[in-house]
Amino acid sequence: MAACTKRLDRFIISLRLLRNLQLQNERFLSTSPCLRAAGNDSESPKFVPPSKPVIVDKTQTVASLRKFLSPEFIPPRQRTDPLKFSIERKDMIRRRKVLNIPEFYVGSILAVIMADPNASGKTNRFVGICIQRGGKGLGATFVLRNIINNQGVEICYELYSPRIQKIEVLKLEKRLDDNLMYLRDALPEYSTVDPEMKPVPFSPTGEVPVNKIKVRMRPKPWSKRWERPKFNIQGIRFDLSLTPEQMEHAQKWAQPWLEYDMLKDADLSKIGR
Amino acid sequence: MALPWLSGSLSGLLLETASLNCQRNFSVSAVAAAIQKMTRVRVVDNSSLGNTPYHRPPRVIHVYTKNGVGKVGDRVLLAIKGQKKKALIVGHKMPGERMTPRFDSNNVVLIEDNGNPTGTRIKVPVPTHLRKLEGDYSKVLAIAGSFV
Repeated sequence: MAACTKRLDRFIISLRLLRNLQLQNERFLSTSPCLRAAGNDSESPKFVPPSKPVIVDKTQTVASLRKFLSPEFIPPRQRTDPLKFSIERKDMIRRRKVLNIPEFYVGSILAVIMADPNASGKTNRFVGICIQRGGKGLGATFVLRNIINNQGVEICYELYSPRIQKIEVLKLEKRLDDNLMYLRDALPEYSTVDPEMKPVPFSPTGEVPVNKIKVRMRPKPWSKRWERPKFNIQGIRFDLSLTPEQMEHAQKWAQPWLEYDMLKDADLSKIGR
Repeated sequence: MALPWLSGSLSGLLLETASLNCQRNFSVSAVAAAIQKMTRVRVVDNSSLGNTPYHRPPRVIHVYTKNGVGKVGDRVLLAIKGQKKKALIVGHKMPGERMTPRFDSNNVVLIEDNGNPTGTRIKVPVPTHLRKLEGDYSKVLAIAGSFV
């Protein structure tokens, strides 16, 4: 019995081997023409991937495809529940669907039409240069400054107030600073904006231009000591108003350790290098 | 006569000469506050009392409110050219409500005791929420040139 099975096993194994050999031979036979053909060419054909299709989304306009995150959407670093900020953001988006709040920066020239029960015609139009954008969430504000009849006027508008009927950007540009409060102490020509100004055309695909103007100031005293490093102002011509000794004296208030303070919202990638 | 030595001392520091319109005739404090006693104000109508030059700027000596702080639309008592005169506040440097304008100077319009303005024209822009005082100061609103 055992001998029979052994012989059987050997027979089955030998059958299998033969089958394998047959298969291998067949494989060789099947692929040999290709290899021969390939061997005829001097170079092997390089694999050329098919060209990627360029997807042009024609359903949306070019202007709406421009991505800009308004600073009031970024939640502040606090210990409050993120649910509060997400609900607020939903409300902000609901308001933005009704009123188009365009992209603008500090230094852009805006025209705002506001509903005013006390004004003639119930609306009030004000044109000015944006000097500050503050607040987060629904309480976000921006301050417009203009000089009318030799009188400087500033109005702090709430972006999401229902009284605002239209915000129009007449000139979109950035400045060297985030906060142009020093325009209060600058010569009035830098804060004057023509109320009848025509909107300057801006292509939606272009980069926002940076106006590198350096502003001349009135004689000191100023409302704040703008030369001090905590304000970090690039857009003032200090050499016309201050001596180099005064500039050095202002550097006494510098805090060079602040950029390495990890508990502040500093960019940690810089420290790693 | 004092100019030569002045220019000599200031030669190291290049100063900007302000244009005639924004010439500061007195020193300005840095703090922006509403109007109270002893604030120096700017008279913005075309009355002779407000526009003739005097060696002292007009100051507030009394504010007709419950607290001593004057905002837009409050009456104050001024000392101008050695005389007392009532005035109406039409704008201040302190930031007020969110959508209301803030001016770069404390503006005031001279007024009589019955509320009639002394001048005949106001060139400087005036805040629109003054129109609430339609009854008392309607004549002041009538002479206002532009509203902001």
